Order: sequence, then structure tokens, then C-alpha cells
Amino acid sequence: MEKQNDLVLKVRNLRLYFNTRGGPVQAVDGVDFDLRKNEATVIIGESGCGKSSLAKAILRLLPRNAGTYDGEIWLHDMNIMNMDDETYRKEIRWKRISMVPQAAMNALNPVMKIGDQVAEPAMIHMNMSKEDATKSAVRMMEHVGVPVDFLHRYSFELSGGMRQRSALAMALVTLPDVVILDEPTSALDVLTQASIMNLMKRMKKELETSFILITHDIATSSELADNVAVMYAGQVVEVSDAHRFFHQPLHPYSHALMASVPRLRETIEPEFITGQPPSLLNPPTGCRFKDRCPKRFDKCDEEPPTVLVDVDRKVKCWLYV
Amino acid sequence: MTDTITETSTAEQAKNGQALVQIKDLHVWYELKKFGFSHAGYVRAVDNVNFDLNYGEAIACVGESGCGKSSLMKTILGLNIPTKGDVIFDGEPLTQTKGENLRRYRSKIGYIQQDPFGALPPFMNVERILEEPLIINGVKDKEERRRRIEKILEEVKLTPIAEVLPKFPHMLSGGQQQRVVIARAMIMEPKLLVADEPVSMLDASVRVEVLRLLRKLQETHNLAVLYITHDLSTVRYFSEYIFVMYAGEIVEFARMDDLLDDSKHPYTHALLEASSDPNADNALVQREIPKGEPPSLVNPPTGCRFHPRCPQFMPGICDVKAPPNIEVSPKHLVACWLYDENRGHAF
Repeated sequence: MEKQNDLVLKVRNLRLYFNTRGGPVQAVDGVDFDLRKNEATVIIGESGCGKSSLAKAILRLLPRNAGTYDGEIWLHDMNIMNMDDETYRKEIRWKRISMVPQAAMNALNPVMKIGDQVAEPAMIHMNMSKEDATKSAVRMMEHVGVPVDFLHRYSFELSGGMRQRSALAMALVTLPDVVILDEPTSALDVLTQASIMNLMKRMKKELETSFILITHDIATSSELADNVAVMYAGQVVEVSDAHRFFHQPLHPYSHALMASVPRLRETIEPEFITGQPPSLLNPPTGCRFKDRCPKRFDKCDEEPPTVLVDVDRKVKCWLYV
Repeated sequence: MTDTITETSTAEQAKNGQALVQIKDLHVWYELKKFGFSHAGYVRAVDNVNFDLNYGEAIACVGESGCGKSSLMKTILGLNIPTKGDVIFDGEPLTQTKGENLRRYRSKIGYIQQDPFGALPPFMNVERILEEPLIINGVKDKEERRRRIEKILEEVKLTPIAEVLPKFPHMLSGGQQQRVVIARAMIMEPKLLVADEPVSMLDASVRVEVLRLLRKLQETHNLAVLYITHDLSTVRYFSEYIFVMYAGEIVEFARMDDLLDDSKHPYTHALLEASSDPNADNALVQREIPKGEPPSLVNPPTGCRFHPRCPQFMPGICDVKAPPNIEVSPKHLVACWLYDENRGHAF
């Protein structure tokens, strides 16, 4: 499509393996996806499919046992995989790509005032003075709907929703190009969750920011998604725009995943997926979903290619070759 | 809300003509103390809750965190003492039950925790986990214990049994752990199962499997189930009745379909509005969410406790007097002045 110029982040063949006593764990194994300006790409997958490792790989927050780590991550026209760690830390992390970690509401520092915490990234990464940083913190807190007098409160004085908003303000205060949200609403109540989603929809329009939303909750993911990438056993098995994906998923796994969502407004019986995802220590050859797939055939024992089915729709499955 | 709510009567019910669980005018208040001794008010976690749960019936309790659903659950389990009112379980009033009887009372109720990994002791294998309740409740014959463990594992489909028994919780997947928790809750053959968000920690694909298992157990054992959740989308597949709690009180009580398709209380509306089905159009709309947050239960708002957040708030009525339970259609009760004919002007 003609939107190429708007590409903010382009991930190609990204791999992150962890070394363990049993051998390398292929947590992220050849992941490709794109992110455009003012859009959100949702990474959907079950626990253990490597979606949080993908976030770590993009932000280069690698644990000590990280082994193979390669591929390309293009931020605008720059391949940030070629940077050394120090330049990456100074130029990219939090300045250009920031993150709201899982259970961010409990990740706030209990002995620091909220205002100081929100201002801190601006001071460290943007070299702002304390006054300027506080000013932009106030601006960002207004943006995300935290009352300004919360500036001088501590995190335990805030409700879950307000803490989540503060964590979001922290990630946004440096006005990064990309914000990675790792399960941003999973620990919140229904109403709070919906209002945080409302807020993020608004942020996406108002700020020059793109979001990567990592979640296992398919219903909530549709609240923010412009594009969807489905991960299974360390690989992306389907990439699509949200509209076509939620209407008609292509990969048999996406299909099964969508069918497993209990619906509130429809009476279709949800279905579950039999079996378990494979171990990432020694993933099966060929398609990794084949043992659970209802549409398995002989070809599936070979590694499936990624097929471009339609404009901007890719699926890693032999059925579409 | 004390009407008996199912027509189907089991043999047991016919025997004593009573519901399995009767919650009567239940209040659970926690005392707050200043400096550890002087009285400083109450947290009114459960306030004036009434409902009946019949033999073999599933009922869902929906509410956000801090609405009192856990306090209600703990009281039914016999872990909290009611401040006022009573829980009558199988003809036995909880407030009169003490000591050895209280332990027997508890053994008749199965409890499924939210987080299976947290609920299972990490240093016990599956066999030991399932044996423990039997030992505590005086099943002395080892053969008999083994037989019951095997039977229950068969039922929760944790097979092959010989492979599962020596495993420790960390060696099982999330879905399997939850099955062990369910097996442990079922091993004393309880009449009531209390399930506290049993699937919220599980992956989407496993969730449905566990819900189906629960439903099957309910049907085969004619179990009464209290299903506690904040996620409205899973309740449709599970229970016949549902009630919504807000700030310690029941605000709406109805048949499942009546509530989901024709909700009356503004708070129920809000909950339904906030829950989404997967649909790409969701990204285009801003949802209408009531402003603010649930009130403190130490000093709840006067009148209707939802009035400060209610989009249909009527000044002079809602903030003055607590609304009565109004029966809008058979077995559909709602505590809201909107459905009172004279809008509370009678007082």
C-alpha cells in the first residue's frame, strides 16, 4: 500500500533465544511486523508464546541468559539493531520507544511522589531541568486524566486506575514514537479497563505516537487495534488489519482462538483448542500448530512459508499456498 | 429477594422444602480501630444482602473489586462471622455453628480459588494435595482414599492418573493446575461449590474447557454453584441466575438472559457497555463509562450508593433514600428509583 512512508517501526526476522540447561529456548523466532504512525498493532497470543519476550527484544531489555539475538528493527530509516548498547540506551530507549510494563500499577516506586516519577524520564532522557520536566509531567498527567493535585501523592494513595494512568503518563512524557503496552488492563476492573481503553484511543489520535499492545485478551484488543499480529510458539502466524482479521481470521490457530472467546451479545457456544502449545525448547519441525490443527495435512510437516494472501494480509500456513 | 427461585425441585428439596443456602438480611461489617483499640467506624463490606440458592442451581455474582463479593463468599464459606443476619446452609444457621460442627459445615462446601498456582502448596504432589482433605475429614482407610482420588481425577479428566499423581504443581500447565483445584474442591462431595473467578487467570483457549468441566460437574452431581466474577462474558454459559453487586449491596437480580438482554439498573448498563466482544469497530467508538470510582465503604453515599456516578441521577430522590427492591417483571428485581411508579415521592 501507499502508506510506506508512515512506517514508524518495521521488524524483520527478529530472533531472541534464551540459553537454558536444556538448550536454547526459541522465545522469539523470526518475527516480522509493521507499525504505522498513529496506529496500534496488537500482538495476540497465549501465555508462553513469546509475546513479552518480543517486547523485551524490541527494547533490548535482555536477561542475562539471552543467547541468539538478531534480525532487523527499523525505526523510521534507522536499523536500531546495529547500535551499540550505550547509544541505544541514550538515543532510543524511552526517548523514542518506551514501555508500560505488565502490572505497571504495581511497578511504581512507593517512596517517590507521582509527579517526580512521571517527570524523571524527561529529566534523564531529555536532559530537562527539574522545572521543565515537572511542567511536561503536569501536561501529560492532564492528558491522561490524572488530577494535577495527585502530583504530590504517593502511589499507594491512588486507585488502580489512577496508578495505571500515571504509568502511562510516565511512558508518554518523553513523547516517544512508539509505546509498548504489555497487558495494560489485565489487572483492572471492567469499568476502569474500559476507561483506560477510551483514554488510549484518544492518545492515539492526539499524540504523534504509535502503540504496540501485547495482550491475550482478544475482546479488549479489538478496542484499540488497527493491525493484528497473532503469535504462536514464538512465531507470528498471521498479520492483518483489524477489520478483516476480526471479521474473518485466516490461520487455523487464529480461527480457533476467536472461537474460544465467550461472547456477551451472541449465543454461540465457545470452543476450546485441544492439546497444548509445544515446548519452545525443542519445537516440532514444520508448522508448530500442526498437532492441534483441525485442518492438518501432509504438507504441514514442512516449514510453512509466509504467504501474502491479500494486500497487507500475511499468513504462515500451507492452506493458502 | 427471598423468593425461592427455581421450579425444579429435587428429592432433597422436597424433603425439607428449603433452599440449600438462604442468605437472610446479611451484613458483614469490619471494625476499624484507632491505635489498635478504640472504635473508629465500620467498613460495610456486605449490607443487607438477601438471596436463596437452591439445590442444583448455579447463580452468578458479578461486581467490581471492593464491591463486597469476596466478603460475601468468605461468609458463606464460614470464614467470616456475619455482623447481622445469617447464612442458613442446608438447614444449619452459620451463626449457631461452632467448633467441630463448623469444620463439618466447611467440608460440605467446595471452594475454587482464582489463582490455581497460588492455591496449591508447591511442596505437595497431586496425590498428597487431594488426600489432605480426606485425612482431615477422617477418611481413615487408605484404599478408600486412593479410590476417591482416582475417581475424582477421572472426572476432572486429569489422565493418565498414574502420571499425574506424583507431579508437583509447577510441573502442570495452568489448565491442569485449575483442574487439581477443582478436584480438591470436589473430593469431599460437597453440595455447594463456590467458584471465585475460576477462569480469569487462564488462557482463552483453556478457559472454555474449564467452564465446560464445571458445568458438567454441576449437572452430574446436582451441585449448587456460586460463580463469582467480574467478567460478564463468561456467565452466560454457566448460570441460570445472576445478581450484580455494587458497594456492598445487590442492585439487580434476574434470570441470566433477562439481565443480559434487558438490564434495568444504570450500573448494570454501564458494566454491559464496558464489556466488549471482538469487533474491529470497537476501536472507533468511545465507550460511555460512569465517571469516578466506587465509594468508600466506611462512609457510603446516602440514598442509592451509585447516585454520585449515575447518569440518570434524580436529585432529591436518589441521594435521600435508599431505593427498595422493585420487581419489574417476574423474578427480575432491581434496586433503583427509576422503576418506582411514584419515584419515591411517597416518603
